[in-house]
Amino acid sequence: MVDISAPRAVVRAPNLRLWVPLCWLTLVGIAAVFAPWIAPHDPLAQDLMLGRLPPAWIAGSEPGYWLGTDDLGRDVLSRLIYGARIALIVAATAALLAGLVGSGLGLLAGFFGGWWDKCISRLVEIWMAFPPVLFAVLLVAVLGTGLGSVIAAIALIDWTRFVRVVRAETLVQARMDYIDSAVIGGASKLSVLRHEVLPNVLPAIIALLSLEMGIAVIVEAILSFVNLSLSSDAPTWGGMIAEGRASIYFAWWVLTFPLLTLFLTVLSFSQLGEGLKRHFDPVQT
Amino acid sequence: MLLRSIISRLIAVAITLFGVAVVVFTLIRVAPGNPIAMMLPPGATAADIARLEALYGFDKSLPEQFVIWLKAVAQGDFGTSIIMRQPVAELVLERLPATLELALMALLLAVALGGLGAVVGARFRGRSPELGVDLGVGVGLSVPDFLWGLLLILLFGVLWPVLQISGRVDPRLAVDLSTNFYIIEGLLRGQWRLVQDVLAHMLMPALALSLPLAAMIAQVLKQSLKAELHLDYTQLARVRGLSETRVIVSEALRNAALPTLTLIGVQFTFLIGGTVIVERLFAYEGLGNMAIEAVINRDLPLIQGIVLLFALLFIVINLAVDLTYGLLNPRLRHG
Repeated sequence: MVDISAPRAVVRAPNLRLWVPLCWLTLVGIAAVFAPWIAPHDPLAQDLMLGRLPPAWIAGSEPGYWLGTDDLGRDVLSRLIYGARIALIVAATAALLAGLVGSGLGLLAGFFGGWWDKCISRLVEIWMAFPPVLFAVLLVAVLGTGLGSVIAAIALIDWTRFVRVVRAETLVQARMDYIDSAVIGGASKLSVLRHEVLPNVLPAIIALLSLEMGIAVIVEAILSFVNLSLSSDAPTWGGMIAEGRASIYFAWWVLTFPLLTLFLTVLSFSQLGEGLKRHFDPVQT
Repeated sequence: MLLRSIISRLIAVAITLFGVAVVVFTLIRVAPGNPIAMMLPPGATAADIARLEALYGFDKSLPEQFVIWLKAVAQGDFGTSIIMRQPVAELVLERLPATLELALMALLLAVALGGLGAVVGARFRGRSPELGVDLGVGVGLSVPDFLWGLLLILLFGVLWPVLQISGRVDPRLAVDLSTNFYIIEGLLRGQWRLVQDVLAHMLMPALALSLPLAAMIAQVLKQSLKAELHLDYTQLARVRGLSETRVIVSEALRNAALPTLTLIGVQFTFLIGGTVIVERLFAYEGLGNMAIEAVINRDLPLIQGIVLLFALLFIVINLAVDLTYGLLNPRLRHG
């Protein structure tokens, strides 16, 4: 006897790939928005008397410092919560900017073809010849440090990712019959692009935005790690990791907690992106 | 036909190289800070500045400056490092071997780990080992080298301190070699202690770099292996009495390898790009670490030289991959 109930159960199961990442990212989002109300301490307040306090469950800890303190006696949990603000602001704006520029160029290249495609593809090829991290570091050196430069640098590097995916998707859509029928119906090329092609490419762009936000969080952390993002005092996850790396033999928690937070956030963005891709296009898998 | 495709490919490479030069030149020129002022010691007179400006052609128009710069670069003159006061070309070539050895070691590890994952996954397809491989692949693909490096430092540097977490070689060890290829030359000369120490330093950064690529290799190779295992020739091998593992390793692997080889070629450049931050993380004395040092010190000529070298490396590797792929795949050769 063949059991036919099993596959149905798999289909009906809640999509963990979407929900688990969403829960974590919501948590990070809440921390970012309500940081002043949630954080138990001022993220910048130093108290050398309270330096290198271990987390609450280890002997020698102080009440109220749940995840311990760093070398300068700053509360690790509070810095993590405020760090979520910077991480999410950078992730959202950089991904959006890269998505706007990249998707626009990808649509043009895929839909109009010819010289549009040749020029844009060549530009992407030139851009791809630079190692991303080195390029980011170089751009920040040129643009100067600060939140705006970090966002600009990430967007300037990662727009190519959107071009490649959106161009390929647009090429597929442009060959479909409904495009021909819209053209025969008298619609202008630009209006076909906006009203017919774009809605069909949009799911791919949304999935890519999620992936890109994960990448932006990492690049911001890397730039903070090498002290090229915000001022070294600002509570960034990457900056915390750099401090933790320096005092790894004396206070493992200073590295471990920001690392864990970053790990979960990046994993969530990328799993969410993959989940969205499958959600929109179940045939592909 | 083959010749024509090679020529058109070379033209594309030339255009890309030119584009890279334009981008780097523009970035360096719009960077804040006068490069001439940075070359001179403090207290230099206006006449000194004017003399140097004329020497480097800064008094000319931007396109003319670009031509002067491009000519110098084409002849291997990348200028002088502001901080170290040495020719950039010399500094960069001195560090290149360390980065190349690290990248090659990472590639080796990625192929070994990814290949093992693929074979195990294909051998036990549909059972729990394959699920384990898939889970590992999922995590390996989503977590970048930077985070793997930090996790490894925590694991093997602190929790179970068995590996070195910074540097390339123990400074107490006298390095008596004529090149900076410590492993390759050390092996050739039989200096086992040196090689062992360098490997102990290199293992963690190389592993961090290799894990994302290993995940990709495991995914793609497992897929192609599983496809091969349905074909007639593997059935025949089973009928001949070969064990399933033998069928996979000595029959299917060779036929399934091409997509993975292409993947490795394309991804190798990303792995090299990853060395920048991983070297920094492990204080490994390679090009990437030097690049970040240069940015922090605002040593623009040095940054420029390193960026150009990395870009050139990327372009050459991609070209080599394209050409070998053309040779390996007869359909493309005649197409």
